[in-house]
Formats: sequence, structure tokens, C-alpha cells
Amino acid sequence: MSGVLIIAEHRRGELRPQTFELITAAQGLKVAAGGPDPGGVAVAVIGKTPDTLAPALSVAGVDEILTVTVDTAEFDPETYEAVVGALIEARAPAVVLIPHSVDSFGYAAALAAKAGVGFATDVFDARYVDGSLVATRGGYGQKVNVEVDFPGRATVLLALRANSFKAADAPATPPVTAIAAPPITSRSAGREFIELPAGDDVDMTGAEFILTIGRGIGEEANVAQFSELADALGATLGCSRPVADAGWLPKSRQVGQSGKTASACKLYIAMGVSGAIQHLAGMKHVNTIVAVNSDANASIFGVAKYGVVGDIFEVAEELRKRF
Amino acid sequence: MKIMVAVKQVVALDEDFEFRADGRDVDPDFFIRDLNEWDDFSLEEAVKIKEAAANGATAATAPSAAAPAAEVVAVSIGPEEADDVLRKALAKGADRAVRVWDEAIEGSDPIAIARILAAVAKRESPDLLFAGVQSSDQSFASTGIATAAFLDWPHAAVVAKLDYAPGTARAVLRRELEGGLLHEVDIQCPAVLTIQLGINTPRYASLRSIKQAAAKPIELLSPADLGLTSSDLGEAGSASRVRRMSVPDKGRAQLIEGDVAAQADQLAALIREFKGESV
Repeated sequence: MSGVLIIAEHRRGELRPQTFELITAAQGLKVAAGGPDPGGVAVAVIGKTPDTLAPALSVAGVDEILTVTVDTAEFDPETYEAVVGALIEARAPAVVLIPHSVDSFGYAAALAAKAGVGFATDVFDARYVDGSLVATRGGYGQKVNVEVDFPGRATVLLALRANSFKAADAPATPPVTAIAAPPITSRSAGREFIELPAGDDVDMTGAEFILTIGRGIGEEANVAQFSELADALGATLGCSRPVADAGWLPKSRQVGQSGKTASACKLYIAMGVSGAIQHLAGMKHVNTIVAVNSDANASIFGVAKYGVVGDIFEVAEELRKRF
Repeated sequence: MKIMVAVKQVVALDEDFEFRADGRDVDPDFFIRDLNEWDDFSLEEAVKIKEAAANGATAATAPSAAAPAAEVVAVSIGPEEADDVLRKALAKGADRAVRVWDEAIEGSDPIAIARILAAVAKRESPDLLFAGVQSSDQSFASTGIATAAFLDWPHAAVVAKLDYAPGTARAVLRRELEGGLLHEVDIQCPAVLTIQLGINTPRYASLRSIKQAAAKPIELLSPADLGLTSSDLGEAGSASRVRRMSVPDKGRAQLIEGDVAAQADQLAALIREFKGESV
């Protein structure tokens, strides 16, 4: 068992950015003491025309690109299970890296169960300790770090959390090898992609100053106070998932993994937002994050630059008086 | 028509929690237990389908005296405390509740739990099996989809919309992808679907239904009842093992102290500074 196998993720003809983070993570495992050496790093891309994605995957750190041509252009769980399962059997990698993403939620656990490999998801650190692979993930709503290992497993499948590793981007020219796909029987079929209706014409992605409200606002009637405050401050009002799911604000204002990314934001004030991983994915890169929360242990304080432990309604009311 | 819904009793931690002596878990004295948030949505989705089936059946034909047209079975793997979430499920519309437990299950990862759920599903033969996308405590996002593997059923994860007519061989669903994109998928049944938050609005149980649920039986099964042995369970049946837990670095939040007026003063100063710089 040697080497690292990475499964590239792509959608609508483009590689997903997490793929390049996996390439960086693989370098750490490759050179680690006791790590899989001298095995290389192979990146497999599975699709209808996988060759078209090979040039973009040609970055430093990739020793080989494997293209597997299948009938389906887009992600399909049983197709990925069959192909990745066959790749594991043929190449016997020590570690298989995939993104912790909606697509991998759809097949990784089934593959692990069928292939009998070691398995952990939402991993943000992986290293060899005394010759054994140890992966670190969050537990109890990110209140603790959990180190897991994989006794007796020759191959370990790890789904890595987004933004935990820097994206590899230096150009290189790894060889490309076509691999024949195994027989595939899929009992589900992707039909089409559907963009969520905009809801309103707010531009969360372009906003520089965002005031976000979360579950802490308690009820719909309280939205008005924060909407008015955001106007007074000159901020764009955003929200976390529970507020959008309840229909208190349109989905177009949701910041996070399944909503918008606060790409242009410089000042982000989060009020009553606990800081679920999915929300952090959309905002933790912002330079100045201010968190207001009554729970001193809320995860949001882990990414915030400034924190106020207190009642969001009182803080909002006092702040409103100053603008 | 039957839908099996996997429900988990999740754990939140008390403010000043402590680790167990072996350092591999938190001391259970600091556990605050509740129904996994995702499971509330999958349960509601199942009950909605059941209710629609019942209404349809009444409209089309005379109600039959036989077994109900549709049944929702809630299943949890956990110790006695997990009866609480099963009672909640019964109060919200599940018809039956099943709990599987044995001390040998302790230390199971999602793969081992999935093996048990699959064994229950083989016994129940549902048309659909729902699980939450993930649990709020350990967030593996794995149990439902691994269960599908042990059953060799089709599966789809992060389902945000579902069209399923009871008794039909296929369902159409929408997976919620990153960045506000949906992917429509046609799937053969029986299937395992993991249900996303927001797919519906979970109901509150009425006082009356809570009282009725308290009187309903919860079927208790052991792994042996399901044909499972100790090598299928716990650490032996798992794809990972917990070595150690620790408290993460608290991060870099600089706390703004003082009374609320002083805090607002400082927040206002931060905002003015930002606006001055960005003009």
C-alpha cells in the first residue's frame, strides 16, 4: 500500500476548488515520516470527457493524472462508488482524499462500507504519528477536536473539510493515463441543475459590510429591528440558515455553504449566529468579523476578531442610538 | 407503504465540560441530549407522505379495515435515554418505534451504526429509508449513505425536495448543492435518502399526542435479534477509532468588555473606522 489517490470533484465542466486543496494535503502525507513513500500522488477525474479537465489539474504535487471515462457527465453516486472502488483495488493507495462536500456525502460512506477501508469525514488535519495515520475532526458541534485512527486498515478514505489546506496552483506537466471504467449499474439519474430563485435582488457576494442575524433572533417579529439597524449602519442584512429556512428572510440573503459566500466583505457583524461549519464556510475568510452572542462558547468566537458576549437585542438597541 | 426513519439522540455539551478519565470522550455527566435537528425534518417528510397517502386512499376507495395504507417507523440505535427521541417521533406522527441497543454497540462509528440500521431495514422492508444529512454532534454525514451500501439500495444525499407517490417505483428529488444550486435526480425505490434542513416545516407535537406517545410501546431489539455478532459492532465493526479528544484553540476573538453601553460605543467606533477607511 503506497501513495495517495485524490478524486477530483467537478461540476458543469469545471473543477471544484477543493480539489486543489487535496493536492496540498497530499504533499504533507507523502513526505511525512512513516508516510506512504515512495508512492506518488495520483489525481483521478471521472466524467464523460475527463481529458478536458486534465490541463487544469496539471499542477505541482500531482505525479499522475488518471482519466476515467463514464457515461454520466455529472456526479452520480453509484458511478463514483464503482470507479473509486475499482481504483482502490487496482492501485492499493495508502490514503484516498476526497472533498467533504455535498457530492461526497452522496457516495463516500457507501464506498467505505463496501470496500472495508478506514474512513473519516470532515477532517481538517491528517498526519502520521509513529507510523499510523491520525486524522483530526470536530466533535460535539465543534466544541472538541477528535483524533481518530484506523487500526488494521491498509487503505484509508478521508473527506477533507474545505479551506483547511491551501490550494495548489504552481503549473506542472504530470503524465495523463486513461483508465478503463469498471462495469457500472446506476439506479439513479441526474436530470438537470436548477438555480435557486433570487428572492430579492440583494448582492451578498459583492457587499463590503454585512450584518448577519442567526437563530438567536428567536422569532420573525424581531427581524425588523435588525433590518432597520442594518439600514442605519449602511450594512447589507444577511442571515444564517435557520432564518432563511423559517422564511423570515429570503434564501438570497443566506451566507454559508449552501447559500452565498461573503466574497467582497471586509466587515462582518454576526448577531445571534452560533457559527456552524456550514455558515463559517461562507464568511470565515472576512478580515474583520465581529460576533455578538449570549453563549460565550459559541463557535463563532473561534473565527471572530472581536467578540461581544451579551444580549443581541440590547446590543442592537444601544448600537442603533449611535447612528 | 412504509417509510423507515433513522433518528439519533444527539449530545450538546454543558458549558464547563470535562473529559472522561481515558481522554477518549467527554464525561457523560456533561451531556445535554436532544433529537438531532436534521431528523426532525426527515420525520416530518415521512409523516407528510403518509398523510398524503391516507388522504388519497380515502378519496379514491373506501377505507379498508386492513393495516393502515402507510406506516412510519422510527428507529434509533442507543441506550435507554434514546427512548426520549423515539417518544418525540411517536408524538409527531410515527406509528411505531424501534430501539436497538447492547453495550457492545458502544464505540461504534457511522459504519457500524449503518450496519445495524440496515439489519433493521431488512426486517422492516420499507419503501423508503430516511436519515438526516448529518448529526449535529459528530457531523459525519455518513450513516444514512453507509446504510444504503449494506442494503445495496440506491441512495441520494442532501435532499431538499422530494416528490414521491406512495407505492411507485421511482422518486424525483432535488439535491441541495453548494452555492444555492439544486440538482434534480430520478431514483429507483426502495432507496435511502438523507434529508436536508428546510425541506419542510416540522410540526410541534400537541400535548394530546405527547400523552398518547408516552403510552405507546417501543420495541427493543438486540444485535443478536438482528443476526449481528460482536465483530459487526463497536470498535471492531468500525472504520475509525477515537484516540483522543481535546479542546480546540479558542481562536483569536478579542472580547469587548464593559456594560452594554460601553460595548456599543466600541462597536460603533469599529464601524466608523471601517467606513472611514473604505470611503
